[in-house]
Amino acid sequence: MPYLSLTEEDKKAFLHQIGVRSFSELIASIPQSLRDPKVSIPEALSEPEVQGLITRLGGKNTTTKDFLSFLGAGSYEHFIPAALVEIISRQEFLTAYTPYQPEASQGTLQAIYEYQSLMTELTGLAVSNASHYDGATSLAEAALVALKHTDRSRVLVARSVHPHYRETIRTYLAGTPYVLEEFGFDAGGSFNRQEFLEKLDGNVAGVIFQTPNFFGVVEDLEGMSEKIRANGSVMILTGDPLSFAIFRTPGEWGADIAAGEGQPLGLPMSFGGPYLGYFVTSQALMRRIPGRLAGLTQDADGKRAFCLTLQAREQHIRRERAGSNICSNQALCALAACSYMTLLGKQGIREVAEINCDRASYLRSQISKLKNFEVETSQTIFNEFRVKSKKPFAKVEEKMKAWKIFPGVALQPFYPELKDQFLVCATETKSKEDLDRFVEALEKC
Amino acid sequence: MNFPENLRYTKTHEWIVAQGVKVKVGVTEYAQKEISDVVFVELPKKGLVVQQGKTAAVVESVKAAFDIYAPASGKVTDANTTLEGNPGLVNQSPYGDGWMFELELSNPAELNTLMTAQQYGEFIHQSAKH
Repeated sequence: MPYLSLTEEDKKAFLHQIGVRSFSELIASIPQSLRDPKVSIPEALSEPEVQGLITRLGGKNTTTKDFLSFLGAGSYEHFIPAALVEIISRQEFLTAYTPYQPEASQGTLQAIYEYQSLMTELTGLAVSNASHYDGATSLAEAALVALKHTDRSRVLVARSVHPHYRETIRTYLAGTPYVLEEFGFDAGGSFNRQEFLEKLDGNVAGVIFQTPNFFGVVEDLEGMSEKIRANGSVMILTGDPLSFAIFRTPGEWGADIAAGEGQPLGLPMSFGGPYLGYFVTSQALMRRIPGRLAGLTQDADGKRAFCLTLQAREQHIRRERAGSNICSNQALCALAACSYMTLLGKQGIREVAEINCDRASYLRSQISKLKNFEVETSQTIFNEFRVKSKKPFAKVEEKMKAWKIFPGVALQPFYPELKDQFLVCATETKSKEDLDRFVEALEKC
Repeated sequence: MNFPENLRYTKTHEWIVAQGVKVKVGVTEYAQKEISDVVFVELPKKGLVVQQGKTAAVVESVKAAFDIYAPASGKVTDANTTLEGNPGLVNQSPYGDGWMFELELSNPAELNTLMTAQQYGEFIHQSAKH
């Protein structure tokens, strides 16, 4: 039996209501040639044939296993411990969502609770949610929190914040009275302090910085939180969470919200997703946090129990008055991040971060010796920096690909003024030999 | 249930002091029982201009969040910030220390559109039957 039936009479009533006599009249504006097109679907295949086909198709992909990759720009290649994969593959855990009737799944809730606890420690802030879909969504939600919290209309964002994140925020704000306004960066890629301070006025709900920023620069945010607080605005920081292990945390910079991409915490690049949005705030913004939160409580017998908490403002309760339309999280990805942080431990995370810093710094100094390339980033970096090629970058990229090397991400598509510049990333996955091989290859370009 | 005579009441269970230009607003004893344990109150900012029947505050319990509507139009001149640290006052003393905000009425005649204590008592009684 169909769940909802659609009788001929129903159809007639619908058509009558719209004001047309028949279905063909309803679709009259669609050209005849587009109606009822012939779809040529090949003959059905057997299972082994399908497997063969899919394997061949999959083989067309080029991954960082096949190429020596210096790609970054928001998606990073890191070593993932085998134990992590085992943990998240356990059938008790292997679900993408927080379960419905969540309290029945104490293990899942405990894992989320632990993920949250680890994220508060890593960011230096008080309250973490159970995660968002990805960094861009998370940052856009942070912008909404600032707008609602301050009842103001503008959000300032550094142009050195990931272009995709800015685009996502713009999409979120489309059709609302809210405005996203950018402030620029200087020649080295650090945010333009003067321009920022000029734009910080009484209408500014929130300010968004990224550190390390899109160009890899670890920003100097000294004095910013005081200025932003005095202005009554919310300070939002985004950035690679691994870097927080060795640089100042968002909490230490005085941020109200840390929101961004959690992929570096044990998630594979996997062509762009699924990833993980982290979202952590100060105590004061606790009740504005969108999405789910796992809490620790006691059951009727006084035993430790985990529950979802602070849900009163979520959309399944508050409907259109909810602060956000997000009502789920990336439970499996959050579990992966939780496992990654736990397996590495406090010291391990610090060491991985230090190796990233060392490898990238070594590579930067080697590239700076090349005559056809100029390093554009002189500031402190984490695992990424900007390079300008004296020859067209497209040519460099082409040669490199022939040698099975991804040299980095071209910047011109995002910043037209950064012609022939590219972003080079070196994580702990690159050995000294890898780095030297890359530099030799660049020399031959 | 206690519905003081000096107040006027809305169908959405807010009360407002019936006399004066600057008057306090809160929720009724019936409302606080329905909401159950209040864990958070989001108060309006001073200076906010509110319209009768429009949202002015939000009260949150463990299970849900409820809009609190302005019983009359006016400007918010004060808010009970004690509730930020002690939201339970809404349950303990809905007509006293649990008040929410103070309104400077722009049209005091609007109070005539509200219910008296007796009318509100009957309204609750009728609602309970359904």
